[in-house]
Amino acid sequence: MTTQQIRFYQTGSFAVGNRLVDVELRSVQSTVDRTNSINSGHRACQGCGEALGARYALDAAMRATNNQLIAVNATGCLEVFSTPYPESSWQLPWIHSLFGNAPAVATGVAAAMRVKGRSDVRVVAQGGDGGTVDIGFGALSGMFERNDDVLYICYDNEAYMNTGVQRSGATPPAARTMTTQVVGSEPGNIFGQGKNLPRIAMAHDIPYVATATVADLRDLEDKVEKAMSMRGARYLHVLVPCPLGWGSASGKTIEVARLAKESGLFPVFEAENGVVVSVSPIRRQVPVERYLELQARYKHLLGPHGRPEVVEHLQAIAEKNIARYGLLSGDDGGQGLIPDDVEVAHTFSI
Amino acid sequence: MLTQIEGSLAVAKTVALCRPEVVPAYPISPQTHIVEALSAMVKSGELTPCEFINVESEFSAMSVAIGASAAGARTYTATASQGLLFMVEALYNASGLGLPIVMTVANRAIGAPINIWNDHSDSMSQRDSGWIQMYARSNQEAADLHVQAFRIAEELSTPVMVCMDGFLLTHAVEQVDLPEQEQVDGFLPPYEPRQVLDPADPVTIGAMVGPEAFTEVKYLAHHTHMQALELIPQVAEEFRQAFGRSSGGLVDTYRCEDADTVVVALGSVLGTIQDVVDDLRDEGVSIGAVSLLTLRPFPLDELHEAIRGARRVVVVEKALAVGIGGIGGIVSLNVRVALSDPTLPVYTVIAGLGGRPITMVSLRRLFADAMADRLERTTFLDLDTELVERELARVAAKRRTGPLAENIIRDASAIAARQAAEA
Repeated sequence: MTTQQIRFYQTGSFAVGNRLVDVELRSVQSTVDRTNSINSGHRACQGCGEALGARYALDAAMRATNNQLIAVNATGCLEVFSTPYPESSWQLPWIHSLFGNAPAVATGVAAAMRVKGRSDVRVVAQGGDGGTVDIGFGALSGMFERNDDVLYICYDNEAYMNTGVQRSGATPPAARTMTTQVVGSEPGNIFGQGKNLPRIAMAHDIPYVATATVADLRDLEDKVEKAMSMRGARYLHVLVPCPLGWGSASGKTIEVARLAKESGLFPVFEAENGVVVSVSPIRRQVPVERYLELQARYKHLLGPHGRPEVVEHLQAIAEKNIARYGLLSGDDGGQGLIPDDVEVAHTFSI
Repeated sequence: MLTQIEGSLAVAKTVALCRPEVVPAYPISPQTHIVEALSAMVKSGELTPCEFINVESEFSAMSVAIGASAAGARTYTATASQGLLFMVEALYNASGLGLPIVMTVANRAIGAPINIWNDHSDSMSQRDSGWIQMYARSNQEAADLHVQAFRIAEELSTPVMVCMDGFLLTHAVEQVDLPEQEQVDGFLPPYEPRQVLDPADPVTIGAMVGPEAFTEVKYLAHHTHMQALELIPQVAEEFRQAFGRSSGGLVDTYRCEDADTVVVALGSVLGTIQDVVDDLRDEGVSIGAVSLLTLRPFPLDELHEAIRGARRVVVVEKALAVGIGGIGGIVSLNVRVALSDPTLPVYTVIAGLGGRPITMVSLRRLFADAMADRLERTTFLDLDTELVERELARVAAKRRTGPLAENIIRDASAIAARQAAEA
């Protein structure tokens, strides 16, 4: 990861302005050089985290491969809002087959490239959390086990959004979905064992596993570029808030994603060959309420008729993540202090 | 080159001569020997360039095939039975996308009760999946059909299923004339895809199509099959000229001239049926046999022509359409539409389910009953009605009778033991 020492002028937000870094390191939303792999005009909702994540991930992958890239898409929001024929947003070769088979289709594409001596052409497969942790799980594990040369990106919005917000294996405890409604003595989703796919991916000892959020697009781009510099099965798990499913304001997508990380509920880290090699430390820890209160799917937990014991349970999950990944062990972590002079940027995150 | 060889190995060697570039595979009996042989050929370097991929399910096998084919590689896989059913969603996807994948189905029964032996339940269940379906009568034909299948699939950009009877063919060692590489290369040009994932010319494959065009897309899939009705006989004829033997096509007739009774069937049982036809013809009986070599597309005109002069048709089929048995089986319902006279009797015979042998003795008795018009519209060949009656009596007498299949087996074993003791 490229780092650069910078002067930190802003206070309060930790946001490092683009203009503060060297020109070649700046993130640019719109230039003539940008491939716009997923072009404007698609049908994603306002504030869609998945559209944002996919745009940055794929453009970064295109840059990293000199545009020699093929994308395979699972069924889901991303597939639906980026098409139908003839209005395709995709500016790169793209195939959608089924809901549960994107990893295997990608394996097939990669095999075809290898057999034709086109190993310069790389393959990205992508899907939502349902397509990844549930229905496509077997195919994904097979792709990992064989170490096929595919980068699989999961855009995790924590439920089946395309079908109208139903619970997936990645839906967090207590969250409201249309199949875990706010009724009965234990409203919302159950406190199950969870299905932490980044850790499951790590258990396959594949070359690269990373998590990211759309709150830190430079970090996301960086991880995609790093992933594309490697061969073999790679997995990137990106938290992408869904305003519709989460009941968050469409203008708050970035903030919600940032608070998921800053609360400890969504640990951001990298692992190589099954071992965590870096974490993005929490810069200023926030209680989980700060994250929950922005989302109607948790509304039943807060307020005068709320469920403080459930919030406590969620806080305990955050604490467990913090302990497991050492999220507060960074130079500046956990102090709740706003730097007032010089910040040594570990990354340009937050 | 004439070789004494197992059916699976003959198919594997022939597929290798077709130069497949990607072969994803998942083991299921009785198909395994085919992909085992291919895996060895790839690993040893005998088949190169080719990627052999051990996948974790049949669903992934077909999905890898979809990705490879869409990326421009000639792609092959093989499956059977439960495996074919596990890949059903991907089967429809492959045909819907128009990807010319070739797949062997080593025909096997579908559970429950689980059964590894031969019948046609698996491929028959996929007759409307959009795949071309061809049925081999012998190992020679099974091998030859694969060479033709790649030609047909790639010319039409649609997938082809080559069905061969599990065990009866796959595990049978018999003489096969394996083609030479030059012959196959001369017959089968390199694959030129109609659509391909290529960074130099990006296309979107598999996007959504709404009501405004879905019917047209589906109509064109049907149209492709209608084209296949013309192409399949042409390819079979070209094959005959290039390789010096007849294999494949749509329909084949055997001693049907002036036959009052025509027997229609698919696959290896035709060998037994033809032997019975020979015996009966020797006895002066007016009987012939029709091989349905291609089930999809359905060769309506050719079948019509083949059974035109018959006074009755007997359809021997190794699959059962549960709940519609009274008026016919899967194949006979198809055959019925090829009749010139709709009042003509069509006898459906469900035979060989789950590997039950179809013997010449049983067929002779069956055909005699048919010719006397003594048959029910649907007959279960060699059905042990007493076993069935006793289970029905148990079911009527008591609620919790337990697993039905176990009851039948116990009953059958008890009878066998008693007979052995008495003997």
